[in-house]
Amino acid sequence: MAARTLFDKIWDDHVVETLPDGTSILYIDRHLVHEVTSPQAFEGLRLAGRKLRHPDRTVAVVDHNVPTSDRSQPIEEADSRNQIETLERNVKEFGVPYFPLLSANQGIVHVVGPEQGISLPGMTIVCGDSHTSTHGALGSLAFGIGTSEVEHVMATQTILQRPAKNMRVNVEGTPGAGVSAKDIMLAIIGHIGTAGGTGHVIEFAGSAIRGLDMAGRMTICNMAIEAGARAGLVAPDETTFEYVRNRPFAPKGEGFEQAVAYWKSLATDGGAHFDREVTLRAEDIGPTLTWGTSPETVLAITDTVPDPAQQTDEGVKAQMQRMLDYMGLTAGQKIAGTPVDVVFIGSCTNSRIEDLRMAAQIAAGRKVAPGVRAMIVPGSGNVKRQAEEEGLDRIFLDAGFEWREAGCSMCLGMNPDRLTPGQRCASTSNRNFEGRQGPGGRTHLLSPAMAAAAAVTGCLTDVRELA
Amino acid sequence: MEKFVTLSAIAAALPEANIDTDKIIPARFLKTTQRTGLGKHAFDAMRYLPDGTENPDFVLNQQPWRKAEILVTYDNLGCGSSREHAPWALLDFGIRCVIAPSFADIFFNNCFKNGILPIRLPREICDELMGDAQMGSNARLTVDLPRQVVIRPNGEEVPFEIDAFRKHLLLEGLDDIGQTLKHEANITTYEKRQDQAKSWLPTIHFD
Repeated sequence: MAARTLFDKIWDDHVVETLPDGTSILYIDRHLVHEVTSPQAFEGLRLAGRKLRHPDRTVAVVDHNVPTSDRSQPIEEADSRNQIETLERNVKEFGVPYFPLLSANQGIVHVVGPEQGISLPGMTIVCGDSHTSTHGALGSLAFGIGTSEVEHVMATQTILQRPAKNMRVNVEGTPGAGVSAKDIMLAIIGHIGTAGGTGHVIEFAGSAIRGLDMAGRMTICNMAIEAGARAGLVAPDETTFEYVRNRPFAPKGEGFEQAVAYWKSLATDGGAHFDREVTLRAEDIGPTLTWGTSPETVLAITDTVPDPAQQTDEGVKAQMQRMLDYMGLTAGQKIAGTPVDVVFIGSCTNSRIEDLRMAAQIAAGRKVAPGVRAMIVPGSGNVKRQAEEEGLDRIFLDAGFEWREAGCSMCLGMNPDRLTPGQRCASTSNRNFEGRQGPGGRTHLLSPAMAAAAAVTGCLTDVRELA
Repeated sequence: MEKFVTLSAIAAALPEANIDTDKIIPARFLKTTQRTGLGKHAFDAMRYLPDGTENPDFVLNQQPWRKAEILVTYDNLGCGSSREHAPWALLDFGIRCVIAPSFADIFFNNCFKNGILPIRLPREICDELMGDAQMGSNARLTVDLPRQVVIRPNGEEVPFEIDAFRKHLLLEGLDDIGQTLKHEANITTYEKRQDQAKSWLPTIHFD
């Protein structure tokens, strides 16, 4: 058999049938469901009189809408409450395993899946959310789907797809001080652009990627979609197996050993073909953040804001100027020192215990700058509990951060955690689109350590100065 | 799903790249449990001023483009979130066809599921179609799916590509779940084979 990539192997192993025009019916091992993109799919099943084929391969959780404040109180926003109650009725009717709001296991679907061992290497995993690419860090083929596809998976446990092209992004070398997975991924997106991965599945490889822990790999794969890719992947290795071992829903004992043998067989073969390959050197990447309203608009914290006048394409020039106006920045200004109003540490990109530790290291013994609202939103109830066991909550609270309940929160502002017009936010989330964190809000994407640095200095800051 | 065969309609130009799904429909409008009713919030931030009144400079607030059924944009249309609310909002506004040099993958898929035809055409041709779209009430393009051509106001025909299976579903207005369920026996066979080959693969049950 010809040399195959990790993606090729997972794909081949899940093709039920290939139709004459090249579209495949692809089997789905895990379907993750949340409250925002599922109600119309459940309704579709009901209207067509169809069953949900495999409730035992489906898991639901509430995350997008949920308040991250006191949960003993009822949910204030009526439409959010309705969406959550609708999910609760649907999971009951269709028999879907469900982590409710008050479960200790509740959290962001892309944190909960890996944490519980629901997402495993070698699987096909889908969810009605583009950041499903996160689970690719385990070496699974995981991608976001629309609600019609959610309904399709519910009814058939399959999806209709054409194979993606293969792309490999290598990051070689050793990251310098103050550089985490987030900085690496922002640098990658800056390099290949927000459409750089369109039509491709990106395998992340190279010594800098292999050196990352699972949380770091999840940060990388999470933002594969921001590079336009259908999915991101990291080959499963000992780091992966140790992470998966003993997770609540992972195979146990002999089953685990069988699984590991299978997972090991999935690594890309030597000589396998990649349609596109890009290599970055970790040493070239410094603490990185975005300046504009597209995730590809990145710069190093030591840089100045780019000047549209230096662009030759009129369309690009106009779009850059629009971004500068929206962001309230001036061409040529140093990005470091720009004052921030809000700091958000959370989201499916950066809300795991490892992320919180990085932020706590900077926050320890310091105070949130006057006038800055700084919030920590753990990715799950389990992350929150573990952080409290490690005393991280005390560090954050003593410094003046808010210590909140798990959910998507200010990443997309579907719950009350929102920016007001003109507010500038240092955010560990994944999208800096106009209005993403609230109408008129200005988002700078950066790492947890850089976000904590912004919180304590009150402005965008090179974290290396605080180390 | 409504069939898509031919469409002769007003086209509106949105000469921007990377129009993301947050721009098409901001997250705060995703709290519905319906597919319909999102049209009034399509392109909300571009369409309305901060006081809630219409922005007169935005093309979809102007005649004749308030009735546009075709949208022409630049690269990477629909990037960002997987929210199907984006094509639902477009459809509810009245858009049945989107034309761009390139699309984000999930948005591209989502369009087909809702009877919206996404057409990839080179940037130079999109520029020409945008020029056509400026022609006021003459800004009509005709999309002929059976023949796979876009017909410009000057009669010129621009051919486009589409997967045979997707074309079939659009032309017939078919629900693809029904199509896949015709292959149910093969799905069951696959499941039996997988259960044997990967007996370690857990299923999920909560107590």
